[in-house]
Amino acid sequence: MHELSIAVSLLEMVEAEAQRHPGARFHKVGLRIGELAGVDLDALTFSWQAVTMDTDFRKLELAVEWCPRKHCCPGCGEVLVVHDYQVDCPRCWRPDTLCVSGEELDIQYLEAETS
Amino acid sequence: MMRLPVEKKVLSENQVLADQLRESFRQNGILCLNFISAPGSGKTSLLECTLSSFDPRTRVAVLTGDIQTENDARRLARFGFPVRQITTGGICHLDAGMISRHLAEWSLGELDILLIENVGNLVCPSSYDLGEHAKVVLLSVTEGEDKPLKYPAIFFKSELCLITKTDLLPHVPFDLAKARENARRVHPEMEIIELSSTTGAGMDQWLRWLESRRQRAFPDPQAINR
Repeated sequence: MHELSIAVSLLEMVEAEAQRHPGARFHKVGLRIGELAGVDLDALTFSWQAVTMDTDFRKLELAVEWCPRKHCCPGCGEVLVVHDYQVDCPRCWRPDTLCVSGEELDIQYLEAETS
Repeated sequence: MMRLPVEKKVLSENQVLADQLRESFRQNGILCLNFISAPGSGKTSLLECTLSSFDPRTRVAVLTGDIQTENDARRLARFGFPVRQITTGGICHLDAGMISRHLAEWSLGELDILLIENVGNLVCPSSYDLGEHAKVVLLSVTEGEDKPLKYPAIFFKSELCLITKTDLLPHVPFDLAKARENARRVHPEMEIIELSSTTGAGMDQWLRWLESRRQRAFPDPQAINR
């Protein structure tokens, strides 16, 4: 249940960003989470509600872009989405493809109403 | 509607501290390993076996994490090397801040190896960089051989997989070949060593790995600031 620690870090970062934009009314935070990041979305949403309950950010929506594990072939440059741990290059069958996506745990953006 | 780009890691605060730790390990020539497994896979027994095999002059220290109790630190302190318990009080993983705070009382210039036993948990510790050179994941033969497939993040991020408690193989339906295959499906380059802390089988291979990993981290001992 480290999603609670992640939610606390997220809130601290959102608060720090919000301080740089006084008066802005934020309603959405964009996250990028990879399938190898070890984060459960339901647990994160639940934790987020808990940590923001008594703050100005209780209505801030978490917009998550889920990033599948992707590998790139060092031989032919093919980028493949890894399904069921199949990492061999589908074009040239090299087995030593390299992970290029799937470990993300990033804040992408904050969205505010402009009025 | 206005969208402000942020583009930061959610755990950037941990990352900053982890990078500071990594730099301080580099400057002091300390190889740091982060041991992760489910509860009861044999992390503490492995560390006991490892410490007992070291020459008393070895400059090694251990940080051991648990939610409660000082039991593991007491077990590990018997070997005469510096050991500190980190009790997290409910938190299911160690973070870089806990490591920094618990290292503060030690003089890092007097260490060559730091072994960190994480809280028993295959999920949460995988998200927290502790500044280590490598994560080592333990999988005991009393667990399922499909564990790498069920918990891919930690097997993907670990450099070495230790299959532990191999003395129990005659008594359990664990398929060693299948376990190796599953670990390699998640992480094709992962190194795998089978061992038993009870009989000592495989310990030589593990200790050789440790020594070669140290040489890989610090190929030129002259470059270390002492």
